[in-house]
Amino acid sequence: MTFWVLLTVNSVTFGGLLFLLSAGFSLIFGLMRIPNLTHGSMFMLGAYLGTTFFSGALGFTVNFWVGAILTGLEVAILGALMERLLLRRLAGQQLAQVLVTLGVSFMVADFCLMGWGGDPISVATPAGLGGFVRVGAAAAPLYRLAIIVIAVIFAIALWLMLERTRLGAMIRAGVDDPQMARVVGIRVSQLFTLVFGLGAGLAGFAGVIGSPILSVYPGLDQDMLPLALVVVILGGTGSLLGSFVGSIIVGFIYNFGQALVPELAYFILFLPMVLVLVLRPQGLFGGQVL
Amino acid sequence: MIGRNLAIAAAIIALAAVPYAIREPYYVNVASQILLYAIFALGLNILVGYAGLVSLGHAGLFGVASYAVASLLAAGFGHTIAIVGALVVGLTFTAGFAALALRATGISFIMITLALGEILWGLAYRWISLTNGDNGINVSGRPKPFGIALTSANAFYDATLIIFLVAVAAVAIFVRSPFGATLCGTRDQPRRMNALGYHVWMIRFGAFMFSGLLTSVAGVLFVYYNEFISPQTLALTASAEALLMVISGGAGTLLGPIVGAALVVIMKNVVSAYVVRWNFMLGAIFVAIVIFMPEGLVPGAARLFRSAVRMMSRSKPVPVVERMS
Repeated sequence: MTFWVLLTVNSVTFGGLLFLLSAGFSLIFGLMRIPNLTHGSMFMLGAYLGTTFFSGALGFTVNFWVGAILTGLEVAILGALMERLLLRRLAGQQLAQVLVTLGVSFMVADFCLMGWGGDPISVATPAGLGGFVRVGAAAAPLYRLAIIVIAVIFAIALWLMLERTRLGAMIRAGVDDPQMARVVGIRVSQLFTLVFGLGAGLAGFAGVIGSPILSVYPGLDQDMLPLALVVVILGGTGSLLGSFVGSIIVGFIYNFGQALVPELAYFILFLPMVLVLVLRPQGLFGGQVL
Repeated sequence: MIGRNLAIAAAIIALAAVPYAIREPYYVNVASQILLYAIFALGLNILVGYAGLVSLGHAGLFGVASYAVASLLAAGFGHTIAIVGALVVGLTFTAGFAALALRATGISFIMITLALGEILWGLAYRWISLTNGDNGINVSGRPKPFGIALTSANAFYDATLIIFLVAVAAVAIFVRSPFGATLCGTRDQPRRMNALGYHVWMIRFGAFMFSGLLTSVAGVLFVYYNEFISPQTLALTASAEALLMVISGGAGTLLGPIVGAALVVIMKNVVSAYVVRWNFMLGAIFVAIVIFMPEGLVPGAARLFRSAVRMMSRSKPVPVVERMS
């Protein structure tokens, strides 16, 4: 019983992290029509930048949450710059854009290896959240519950932003029909930069938040990117609800798979994706066929 | 026509003479690598260049064939069974890949192939009882076709060259065949081809299978070349390298992938002796080529050559009639 409760808590936690990662991925895909293959790299870069803040290598240590937000901002700026300087040059050429994001992902991975070395870095749980909460016979780590709370807060904030603000309405218009959005005077190319930065920032933030659980190691990007891909294929592109539900599903499958059939966990993870592709190519909540 | 045949014959003789010209076994091995990766790139080019479908999971298929050889040999089978078995396994996986990935085109096709490639990588990495995980599988000994041992660098180069020439000829025939023409049709005008009564999906499936066959052949050569296989062979980096070969050389040309393979393999072997950061270089070259030379080296060079020829001929007075045509 304890085992199952813990596994469920872990699954939901991981789902929450995945949501932070894939919400941006899904929005970028929905708006720009490209899978941003640097998304895993942004997650990893965020995690590494976070370790620098916490290790005191800068001469001072930063509070965990402040560090996470700062890192998110840094990565957001990097993402926005990348969109402005590289992807903008290739406007309209989706294939070329995908290849550029792939190239940049290799550069980021090697940069992290250069800057932080090849050894995994573990990050301490932030102060005050090292304890446990009793759930019946099981003890759920407080920090994991905190991640769930953060993910839910971000989900609500993003939802409000998309549904209730002028900016959100513009993004939704861009996702639905970019040409028409341009015609009615929305500067879609500015939205690209904004959404790209937002997505990258969320991924970087998620990297810091996830680092006490996952630790930080080379190859983290390649572990996370396929998960984001699966979430978006499952949930449908450009749909916030889709990435939320998709993240939870993937979180459960990934954790239960690793606990029960560790050798095939990766394989089982992709089964629902294959099913969705065959039965419902537009994803569970997506409007457009992938 | 005669000039063309002469050029081909000269190229073959030059390729066969490579080991005698460079002598150093290390560089002969680099040449073998170029040839086997050229076969891989030719296979990927069928999809990328002629079908217009960019696959980012081909290293998965490449690796599946390699692992099949290694596992069959480890299970005690002979080389013939291992090689035939590996091609069958490779083609089976290709069919599965194609069935799933061809539900989409364009960007979605990239995503699906990427995800499928990552599954295969994950299996190779984590299914330790089958693949020995990160430790990989050692392969002892190369086959002896017709009693000729392939242990020396030169012998292996010659064997690879023969397979490479067969592959090039097969691709050349494929591209010039009616099937190749219809494949290009499905790339440029899928809806029109559909309206004309062509079964677009089936044509793409056929192209995928041919691509998978060449990829599997390259995978088999690779495992015999290295006598070792590990999950790294299936990683996304490997798929991206193969794609870089095709795109840098020039997708949709016969010569492009071969030039691209030579470029990447030489870069990787020579540059990595001086620069530790090969992956950083790979990424930077990728970005640079996509932005500055999207058409690739071979078409780019051909264009320069043509304009140079035009410049040269412009100095001669050209009759008006000829200029009109």
